[in-house]
Amino acid sequence: MSNNELNSPGYEIPEELEGKVAITTLDKIYNFGRRSSVWPMMFGLACCAIEMIAAQAARYDMARFGMEVMRPSPRQADMMLVAGTVTKKMIPAIVRLYNQMAEPKYVVAMGACASGGGPFKEGYNVVAGIDKFLPVDVYIPGCPPTPQALVAGMIKLQEKIDKQSISQVRWYKKGADTVETPIPFLGPDLIDPRHIPEIKAKAAELAALAAAASETVA
Amino acid sequence: MTTPVVEAINLAEKFPGKVTADARPGYSGWIISKENLVEVATFIRDEMGYDALTNLCAIDYLEQKMMEVTYQVFKTTGGPVLTFKAQAERVDPIEIPSVVSVWPGAELQEREAYDLYGIRFVGHPDLRRILMWEGFDGYPMRRDWKEAFYEEDAKPLKSRWPEGKHKLAETRATFGDNVAFKPGFDPDKWIPSDPEELLYATLKNYKSEVKDGIKTDHVVVNMGPQHPSTHGVFRAVAVLDGEIVVSIKPVMGYLHRNHEKIGERNTWLQNIPYTDRLDYFNSMYNAWSYALAVEKMMGITVPERAEYIRVIMGELSRIQNHLILFGMLWNDLGSYFTPALYAFEERELILDIFEAVSGSRMMCNYYRFGGVVRDIDEASMKKIKELVFDRLPGKIEEIDRLLSENEIFVSRMKGVGYLSPEDSIAYSVTGPNLRAAGVPYDIRRADPYGIYDRFEFDIPVRHNSDLLDRYHLRMDEIHQSLRILQQALKQITEGPVLAGKPQYTHRVPVGEAYGRVEAPKGELGYYVVSNGKGNPYRYHIRTPSFVNITSMEKMCVGTKIADFVAILGMVDIVLGELDR
Repeated sequence: MSNNELNSPGYEIPEELEGKVAITTLDKIYNFGRRSSVWPMMFGLACCAIEMIAAQAARYDMARFGMEVMRPSPRQADMMLVAGTVTKKMIPAIVRLYNQMAEPKYVVAMGACASGGGPFKEGYNVVAGIDKFLPVDVYIPGCPPTPQALVAGMIKLQEKIDKQSISQVRWYKKGADTVETPIPFLGPDLIDPRHIPEIKAKAAELAALAAAASETVA
Repeated sequence: MTTPVVEAINLAEKFPGKVTADARPGYSGWIISKENLVEVATFIRDEMGYDALTNLCAIDYLEQKMMEVTYQVFKTTGGPVLTFKAQAERVDPIEIPSVVSVWPGAELQEREAYDLYGIRFVGHPDLRRILMWEGFDGYPMRRDWKEAFYEEDAKPLKSRWPEGKHKLAETRATFGDNVAFKPGFDPDKWIPSDPEELLYATLKNYKSEVKDGIKTDHVVVNMGPQHPSTHGVFRAVAVLDGEIVVSIKPVMGYLHRNHEKIGERNTWLQNIPYTDRLDYFNSMYNAWSYALAVEKMMGITVPERAEYIRVIMGELSRIQNHLILFGMLWNDLGSYFTPALYAFEERELILDIFEAVSGSRMMCNYYRFGGVVRDIDEASMKKIKELVFDRLPGKIEEIDRLLSENEIFVSRMKGVGYLSPEDSIAYSVTGPNLRAAGVPYDIRRADPYGIYDRFEFDIPVRHNSDLLDRYHLRMDEIHQSLRILQQALKQITEGPVLAGKPQYTHRVPVGEAYGRVEAPKGELGYYVVSNGKGNPYRYHIRTPSFVNITSMEKMCVGTKIADFVAILGMVDIVLGELDR
């Protein structure tokens, strides 16, 4: 961050303090700290995870942007990089991991599968995109995205962080936004607790239809 | 190794009334009546010498009202596979005797057939669902089972082609999402059963006892599905006595993305990009095996130059696969990322070549039925030559010097994870781990495909069957791959790279085929069945990761839990292929 960016204009610094004192806004200095140390969670799901590792390795070196410290524990991570196909069997674990992450937290959907199911969308065990469950900040297209694309996506996330304000972000507000995402569970199929009323209504409707059909046959 | 002689025992004459030759057009092998399956299987193993089972898969013949299980077995002394089948009427409960008592390597594959087709294997020691969870409704691979986003039986879908009036799948699905429930299902009244209960019941029972006046307990430890050293979303559940593993079970399916179901809806050609996503380190090699199986059915001969290109790409991916394994193994052992950085440096150069020839770094989509999709241009050829002749030999030496003699490494690896050669064969272990147990079995020599019979190379063998040998064996293999590459680059000639015209649709004659290659991780096989239509009737993938993991418990019991990580690393699993 250059001096000009950091110093907000309009405040004059006395001559004797120049070079020793900088005046800025809380948001700017706070965002500067956060965007420069986004720690991703070390957590790969599928093919994309390999490109994620490649982006960490020597040639692409994501560390240049302040996001190299991969943390296997959700408690120490700021950002969840969903790198790969999300399956029904895995989604309860992913939501649980997300809930365990300390705020502020971000989600990046890497690749076609995490963004919307990708080539496997029609699969019976596939969740068509992580955004069905978690709030996604940046989507990175590609199958898998190249390391360059991943780095570009990370820079987008940094731009997003730059624009945030402490007074606005959802995790410092009171209310429903900070409630944990309910963890889906595995029944006869994947059940999202938020959709239970709809499932119930639809299943009852189907049962009524089936009953009517059997009556007409009889 | 000499050319193996094909055994000409007529099983139908040997077992009249119990075995018949499979006379359906395009099919081969034997049909064994299910009552006598174990008896005949034992004969095939003991008298005919087919000591290892490679592939076991179910096929649902809906119209014939029949469920079939196909077995492919091979001899570790070489030669092609022998195919036999068992059939059962398609009325629940479908029961077929288990062959785990004959070939223990069938364990996980039978569980898979049970999970996806609902075939009960009588006599199986631990028949539980494996890829889906306990309690999932239905057997998804059956032909009449339809997924929530089902549109049509076969692609290309009418909604997309030729008019392209596609509606989002979510707007079509009954429940507005990729889920389906029975009519009248009520989530509130549904009583959840513990899906893990059956799993924990199969582990050796937890017990507490008093040892030397101290009360001791066994501990149950869950590793994964999110764990830094399980190479993805693999999960293992172990019972520990202190640090020692008493019992351990793999739990998988966290990356089960339904390759086979999608594969049966796809056209033949559409499956090639999907094969890339199985073992995503070796997308080149995956497609090779599938192409072989389909070429067998279609009777295509691959042009000379394409054969060479296939070998070049295949061996390059073998080198980078082994390099990654070394890097990741050291990561797991605690040397965080330094060896991996060395490995990735060379891998990037190989991926550059893949990108130049195919357009993608990882998902190459490069092989076609009858060749490869496009030729290697001069510039890429020059790059490959530079890499193979000048750079890689020295760099591999450097990595070897850096890693192999390291004292801590050797003491962590030596004598750990022993698996006897007999057990390796029985558990259907293939690939480097089998050769590290002293069995010189490599499909490139034992059942040659492509043009591997033209090259001079050795099949490296080690005899201690511990982690250190498995490591050294892979290092030897890299050197052999370089030898093959150098010969191939000298011999390659100009010419076409694809037999016939490039096609989008293929007419594959009715029948079955099993294509197998020696992928870097072990035997990779595709069992495909065609009914003459534009898409496969059955598309089964026999992956080395999935079958090799069967022997995990045998290797881990008695070792420390920290060594489990190294053992798993050396099995060399990749989740895309383990769960499919």
